[in-house]
Amino acid sequence: MKLKGKISLAILIIISFLSVTAHYITKYEPNAINLDCIKTAPGAEHLMGTDNKGRDIFSRILYGGRISIGIALTAAIFSMSIGLIAGVISGYYGGIIDTSIMSFVDFILSFPSLLLAIAISILFPPGIYTVIIAIVAVGWAPFARIIRGYVLTIKESTYIEAAKAIGCSNIRILLKHIIPQCIPLLIVMTGIKMGGYIITEASLSFLGLGAQPPMATWGSMVSAGRIYIASAPWIVFIPGFMIAVTAFCFNILGDELRDKYRIEIK
Amino acid sequence: MFKKILIFILILIGVTFVTFSITKALPGDPVLNLVGERAQPEVIDKLRKELGINKDVFSQYFSYVKLLARGEFGRSYYTNRKVFDDLLKKFPNTLMLSLTAMIIAVPSGMFLGFICAWKKDKWIDKLFSFITLMGLSIPVFWGGLVIMLLFSLKFKLFPPSGTGNFKFIFLPALTLSIPAMSMLSRVTKTTLIDIFGMPYINTARSKGISEIKVNLIHVTKNALIPIITVIGLDFASYINGAVLTETIFGWDGIGRFIMEGILKRDYPVIMGCVIIGTFAFVIINTLVDLIYHFIDPRVSMYEIKG
Repeated sequence: MKLKGKISLAILIIISFLSVTAHYITKYEPNAINLDCIKTAPGAEHLMGTDNKGRDIFSRILYGGRISIGIALTAAIFSMSIGLIAGVISGYYGGIIDTSIMSFVDFILSFPSLLLAIAISILFPPGIYTVIIAIVAVGWAPFARIIRGYVLTIKESTYIEAAKAIGCSNIRILLKHIIPQCIPLLIVMTGIKMGGYIITEASLSFLGLGAQPPMATWGSMVSAGRIYIASAPWIVFIPGFMIAVTAFCFNILGDELRDKYRIEIK
Repeated sequence: MFKKILIFILILIGVTFVTFSITKALPGDPVLNLVGERAQPEVIDKLRKELGINKDVFSQYFSYVKLLARGEFGRSYYTNRKVFDDLLKKFPNTLMLSLTAMIIAVPSGMFLGFICAWKKDKWIDKLFSFITLMGLSIPVFWGGLVIMLLFSLKFKLFPPSGTGNFKFIFLPALTLSIPAMSMLSRVTKTTLIDIFGMPYINTARSKGISEIKVNLIHVTKNALIPIITVIGLDFASYINGAVLTETIFGWDGIGRFIMEGILKRDYPVIMGCVIIGTFAFVIINTLVDLIYHFIDPRVSMYEIKG
């Protein structure tokens, strides 16, 4: 791994670690309103300043990081699983099943994702689960397409033929021989996609479709703070910066994975 | 080609079906949701007949689509104006914003990509690659706020928000163009690097054609086709981005309209925007495919990845 990748990984580990242990790191409650110190600039007392309600931004960033990264990870796991199942079935069985699944994938991919997410969010009340559903509804499709292509190539290998020859059932071949082969590819793809999930989560939170107040997420912090951009720019700047740094580190990692494994992903 | 049109139709059916089920799922009378509670009783009765509330779901759906085709998108819960009229007024603004963003993004993205491919692995390539990756990582809404903070609040070069002429459009268009530019630059780079390795480029060089001519005629011509596809297919990112950018800069387009709709839970507005946005997107996507087919008849339509 190149130096860039190592640094990115280190930053991501630090951000995740701080978020998970937020409880021990900051003495401020993320949602504790303190009207005595509204819009304090970053300083020794409040590392990243306070917002319009006197809440400590540093602790909101840490607690918000749990939600932002947590949602991205959960969405990745679900997208990966659904994409794996759809892709494997599509590639292995072929024929009409393949055509219908892949047409559906094309359908999903040729849809502006944010509009789809907004449509979904009308059906479900806004919140963490809605964001996850909205991301997964689009996110599984590229996984399915890549996995299908991969299964098509390994389906013809000798060891699959051998497994068939000794009478393995289709289910056994899929579970024992094909799916384990797909795992490394899945992990690489997840790495590539994570940056995008972080941004999507932030965008949905920004639009008010994500976790509801007073719960902090990075996207909703930017959204809530944007009317104070002239008087207290740090309220907007810091959470947005966190989103950008996290997404950037994931994207660097993703790029390195892509170069290393030579995967072409749209 | 056939498959593309099939998907085109599927998407239109899918979108209208989703919005239809939302109309059904919303509390209250779907007819009242469509025309608003202050409509005249005769209108309500007529619509109720047209929608066929008593008939089965499918005929209800067809009547719904017929209503949509007539521009009957319902009325906003708050302003009681016809959503369709507002959409007609706001859509050109969004289109103008997207086009301006495209005018910024396309040349600069291609230029950056060209430099990166030409000076591959030199420091300038590394620098530009770093910048474009950053462009893809910065959330549009935050990038917009930072740009606003710098250009309009600090240096007071441009107005921070509003709809209007060049002065107003520049900042939102710049914001919107950043991710598109970054994407395009990366695609241009990989495309060009592939082409540099092609045998016909070697042939051209060994024939003694000057470096500039090789680049201009042989490389550029062959690179244009995939790049044009990306420009067109990237239109989704403009639509996604417009929702966020317009909100920040107070640009009076469908993006801000949908955001206001979300905040007020004004369902007819949200659904109208989703339908119009998707239609626009799908139509442009199909047009790009047609253009692509026209430019390069060698390629069958099946090979284009949507």
